[in-house]
Amino acid sequence: MATNPTTPDSTEDEAAALEAEVQEFLHKTVLYRGPDREIMRNHKPAPRTALEERAIAAGTDDLTKTIIRNRLQTSANEAKDMLMHIASAPSAKWGDLISGIFTASGDLAVASSSGVLIFSVLAGPPIKYILKHWKDEETVGVRDGDIFMHNDARFGNVHNTDQSCLMPVFHEGELIAWVGTIIHEGENGATEPGGMPSAAESPYDEGLKISPMKIGENFRLREDLVTYFQNSVRDPKLQLEDMRSRLAGTMRLRQRLLEAVEEYGRDAVIAVTRGTLEFTGAEVRRRLAAIPDGKRRVVRFCDNTLREPILLKINCTIEIKGDEMIIDLRGSGPELMNRAINTVLASLKGMIAQVFLTFVWPDLPRNQAAFEPVTVLTDEGSAFDCSAEVPNAVSMMTFFPSFSAVEHCLQKFLYNDKHTGDEAKSTEIHASWWPMINGFLFGGYTQHGYFVGNVMTDINGMGGGARSDRDGEHALAPIFCSMSDLGENEMVEDELPVLCLANRRIMRDNQGFGRFRGGHGHQQVMTFKDSPLWGWMAIAIGSKFPLALGLFGGYGSPCQPLMKVKGVNLLEAMREDRSLTVDDPVALMNERPFADAEYSTAHTGMQFEMAAPGEVYAMSQGGGGGYGDVLERDPEAVVRDLRRDLISAWTARSIYFVAVDAATGALDAAETERLRDEERRARLSRGVPFDEFEQAWTTDQPPAGLPYYGSWADRTVIHAGGPDVTMPADALQPVAML
Amino acid sequence: MTTIERITEYLEVDLDSERWRCVRCGHVHGPARESYKRGLLVHRRDPAEIHRPLVDAERYEYTFAPDAQWCQILEYYCPGCAVMVEVEYLPPGHPITHDIELDLEWLKRRVAERAAGTGTEATA
Repeated sequence: MATNPTTPDSTEDEAAALEAEVQEFLHKTVLYRGPDREIMRNHKPAPRTALEERAIAAGTDDLTKTIIRNRLQTSANEAKDMLMHIASAPSAKWGDLISGIFTASGDLAVASSSGVLIFSVLAGPPIKYILKHWKDEETVGVRDGDIFMHNDARFGNVHNTDQSCLMPVFHEGELIAWVGTIIHEGENGATEPGGMPSAAESPYDEGLKISPMKIGENFRLREDLVTYFQNSVRDPKLQLEDMRSRLAGTMRLRQRLLEAVEEYGRDAVIAVTRGTLEFTGAEVRRRLAAIPDGKRRVVRFCDNTLREPILLKINCTIEIKGDEMIIDLRGSGPELMNRAINTVLASLKGMIAQVFLTFVWPDLPRNQAAFEPVTVLTDEGSAFDCSAEVPNAVSMMTFFPSFSAVEHCLQKFLYNDKHTGDEAKSTEIHASWWPMINGFLFGGYTQHGYFVGNVMTDINGMGGGARSDRDGEHALAPIFCSMSDLGENEMVEDELPVLCLANRRIMRDNQGFGRFRGGHGHQQVMTFKDSPLWGWMAIAIGSKFPLALGLFGGYGSPCQPLMKVKGVNLLEAMREDRSLTVDDPVALMNERPFADAEYSTAHTGMQFEMAAPGEVYAMSQGGGGGYGDVLERDPEAVVRDLRRDLISAWTARSIYFVAVDAATGALDAAETERLRDEERRARLSRGVPFDEFEQAWTTDQPPAGLPYYGSWADRTVIHAGGPDVTMPADALQPVAML
Repeated sequence: MTTIERITEYLEVDLDSERWRCVRCGHVHGPARESYKRGLLVHRRDPAEIHRPLVDAERYEYTFAPDAQWCQILEYYCPGCAVMVEVEYLPPGHPITHDIELDLEWLKRRVAERAAGTGTEATA
């Protein structure tokens, strides 16, 4: 068939040109570059790049690589220590931060050995976002000296009170790595001061929501943007100081990395960053392979939205299969449309990775590959894998208990390995740490005239779980940051109009009972003076349903209420009557020494509340779980705890069945033996055979009247507030709390 | 000779008979392919019996004690020696958790590999 030799080509050219134009238009004209699902759901390190292949092929010897690895680790630690000294955020001063070196692809390869290792799995996504969306975007780009920042958890972060500083590292014109620092800053312009607003009912109530963005070039911050961020928060001084602090720490890391490149060569350094990731993943797989295959299960319950009591389930099954682990949280409670306790999946993974890096294998290199062999299964639209349109500022309320669920199940896996060769090289078998931030947030004017909003670092004093061979330690460390500190009262009182009336007192009976007892939390009794405006907040759950689990017959630890004494200025009353004391909040609430005061307790979800000078707000950190049967606890240890006022006489007698001579305080060994024998007989008498018990106990659905969220017997059916309201797990809808 | 694998502080498994046993007294709890709980005695407790109110429960709603309408404690005892093997905190009526599901074939394979000297070696 004859054809016109020119017309069709012309038409094809025009069509191709039009298509190219359309594609260019579509590429450039994006309505909204929001959170990137592909990046956010994948926690595995990126494949080797050509640069990494070449570097590894260069064949650096093992000794040199070890030297470089230690040098980079020291550099990350140096940047973190530097930030602890120069940053202004209270949390930064006491360890709630991280610094690290990333591969050119954005995988965290060397993190500071202490700090908040949650970030190990979720600090990389913002860099991957920058590489995917901004590197080739002509209005942004990635160049030497650029400074990026972000804080929005939907792009990779714990929550948006944390702010990052991220910087590409170039060598001879080629991108070879990224370096960065992240600090829990506190105030972020949310609907409540302090950066963790439980009153937030949408993401737009949560303050600054910074997608990964360039905030400076040529190693200098853009002053117009700095001013914008300052203008968006209640504490512009803090915002300025810590944007500069994070930049200083980040630049120090860049300097150290380039010094290593200068000394050892680019290939050697890249081979180390990439090799550290690969080694870590392989070592975790080897350890998992040493643990017996099987499944472990636990159910946990979040008992509050911080606005109202609810029972939101964490349905956890962990399977180890060969060298892989599957953490299955399907069947857990649904996301809440207008409550801020929802968790972004990446944040959840970050918190769970903390179990690995801190509580099971603290000897591992600190990087994201520790989590590489793990798969996390969730129901999309659950509170543990929430959508972008629900608030998440206090996601700790759901991901902390999730941490506990995984921590608990792992102990039941690891015990066998501990007794058959310890090939998995785990730390000690232990009961649950107290997994909640029982401490106060604050907002108001200081005695120096500044408006501030932040968090008291008392949240760091979580009680340690009992070990398989000894008691848990008191007020030891938070689950999210094992090397942080409680801070110093004197520094707090110097900076803030706050008086810590009893801030380091260990509370009686606040332990998980067991053969080895959990560590206690510390009490906090707060008031203020010399401020025209001051208020408190609390963001903790666990006032109705215990949070810390016991292990192998040990009990969990008690619930924790918020306690208030209002309508009185205690400072004035104490000035008039020197015999008054408030060092023990439990005694304060029971003895009620201030005649005209209003005494109350509540759950520990308190929205920002204005206080009057001299009014008291008190709570306690929780205790760790107990290990083993209480009847096997060494009676002398019980007597010792009684003498130290760690337990009451009631607990010694009614929980541990230990008899103490009332006159001397000495152990009555014979009577103790008799009491314990009697209790063993009582157990056999009152215990019901399992099948009989189960038949009488188990119901088809949650009790009427219980605000229950999550599956009951069938993980595919999700209750949304009670027995009658259900959703299929694969079609979850956000639940609006009325 | 029996092959015993320690699973928890108070539970072990006889791989030959595939039975759960009590570490303390040797009581046989039942088939190791099922939940060990099936062979134990269970007692349901008001949680305030263990975590008693520390502030006056007559005056205050929140007292450090769990809410019995929300949470019950289940205690599991060995029928032989009464040792408390496990404690579980559940909402009233919530299905009991099958918390430990063993892969007996894996355990047996490891025993055989170790006997043959072919097990995996821990890295230094």
